[in-house]
Amino acid sequence: MQAEDREARELYIYDTGEGLVFSYGPQHPGTGHFRLIVRVLGDTVLEAEPDPGFVHRGEEKMCESKTWITNIPHLERPVILDSAGILYPYCLAVEKLMGVEPPPRAKYLRALMAELNRIGSHFYYFALYGVFLGLPTPFLWCFGDREFIVDLVQFIGGQRITHSYFVPGGVRNDVLARVPPKLVQHFRTWYTEATGKRPSESELTDDFRKYALHVADFIDSRLDYYWDLILDNSIFISRTRGVGRLTPEEAAALGAVGVTIRASGLKRDVRVDEPYDAYSEVKFEVPVLTDGDGYARAVVAFREMKESLKIIRQLIEGLPDGPFKLKQHPINIRVPAGESFARAEAAHGEMAYYIRSDGSDKPYRVRILAPSFRNLIVIPYTGRGKRIADIPVIYWSNNFWPVEWDR
Amino acid sequence: MSGEQSVNPKLAAILERLKQVLGDKLKGVTVDKKIIKVEVASGALVEAAAILKEMGFDHVKGVTGVDLIALKQSENAIELIYHAGAYLDNDLAPYVVNLATKLPRDKPVSPSLVKVWPSAEYHERETYEMLGVVFEGHPKLKRLLLPEWWSDIPPLRKDYRPPGRE
Repeated sequence: MQAEDREARELYIYDTGEGLVFSYGPQHPGTGHFRLIVRVLGDTVLEAEPDPGFVHRGEEKMCESKTWITNIPHLERPVILDSAGILYPYCLAVEKLMGVEPPPRAKYLRALMAELNRIGSHFYYFALYGVFLGLPTPFLWCFGDREFIVDLVQFIGGQRITHSYFVPGGVRNDVLARVPPKLVQHFRTWYTEATGKRPSESELTDDFRKYALHVADFIDSRLDYYWDLILDNSIFISRTRGVGRLTPEEAAALGAVGVTIRASGLKRDVRVDEPYDAYSEVKFEVPVLTDGDGYARAVVAFREMKESLKIIRQLIEGLPDGPFKLKQHPINIRVPAGESFARAEAAHGEMAYYIRSDGSDKPYRVRILAPSFRNLIVIPYTGRGKRIADIPVIYWSNNFWPVEWDR
Repeated sequence: MSGEQSVNPKLAAILERLKQVLGDKLKGVTVDKKIIKVEVASGALVEAAAILKEMGFDHVKGVTGVDLIALKQSENAIELIYHAGAYLDNDLAPYVVNLATKLPRDKPVSPSLVKVWPSAEYHERETYEMLGVVFEGHPKLKRLLLPEWWSDIPPLRKDYRPPGRE
């Protein structure tokens, strides 16, 4: 194995073949913690090879030395903007092993948190996608509007990001009935500014449901501006149309996920294919486009945010009463020996876990199948033959998150 | 089959076909709420993958290696699992078939399935560096996440102790 390793190490593409080789990244303001080794001739890309691993921290190994519950906080660190999405299948897989099902209220609260995180994550997507195409305005707008989602997330889960809200068997805490009046007051000003409507004292009160529904309305009306600002913008359109195109067959063969696959005409969404928790009880559409290029991916993401708002409204209106968690030991849960596989639709795409237990208080093996990692193969595939200026489009249109694939 | 539940007829047909073609080389089939797992002998991996691909499982969601040495029923083997899914076939989309095989721990060599499932390329590279499984015929078997200077044993093997822990 030693000799093979040495050989493997020498396989980097520097100094081989024609053209010029350079590193794209890994500076944080360019690609995140990620390097793309690009070989160009003139400004035509001959080869673009991903080189991940700059923030690899061995999450899978770490899981083996922590207990089932203490694994939760570190498992959500790789995707701080979508903590709910990355943790969801872990809880589902552990519940499958335990043979339990969370109470109905927990199912709704989990789905609600996942959808809020999805919107927050898609705001990130537009922020970064825009700023790397030379549109800094979306960056500022997205982070400004995401703040209201984050406020709501903080109110429900107790933390802006990385809330460790999900636990096997339910959620960590129930949602409070009353929102702090200061938060409502602050929100009321911005709500009026964005929607042009001045909600009366009885419409927008400190009641959690009313507040949350108003936040959904607010984001909905803000999204109309986003259409004009980003998706109807001629610069954005001319930079992204036809770039990084994937046909449905190619996308399926590469095993792409998330907006990439849905922009390529494949209607695949785990929330519909294999509904989990409250998703079988809500109605929503899976947006699909057939162009398969950088522009179609952005449109799919935009429509997904609209659909998420629809889901959020249904979840809040139908939120059942009752317990929010199974009665179990808070730290030391018993997981019988066995293996399970569970998946959920995170903001970046299909997130899956394979978990093996040998009946002890720690997992024997936890395999994190991250969506960004699965999309990685799309870069070399679609990058070939493009221009250097197309690299940001190819990179950011696929909704990547470097820490997620490094784990 | 253990833990019978209503199995999609298409999936049942695939499992039946695997049974017929592979015969003794099929070591076990598990279909329950937790997992759908097909265990085959290491020599039959390519054949089984080709059948799954032909019948609708068009991509892999990941490749997992599990070091079985520290289990209570310890085995001197590494279990290699391909998580295969279906995108183009609507009926099979709700299912993920876990195609598993056991490799000797001292010399874990397995044929690469990149030719069957191109989506396995990066996942196999990760399994190569993390568990030391060598995939024969892989187009570019080299490090992916670990640093270039890494010279210890593959870190997801059970006998690797992370510094500062245990």
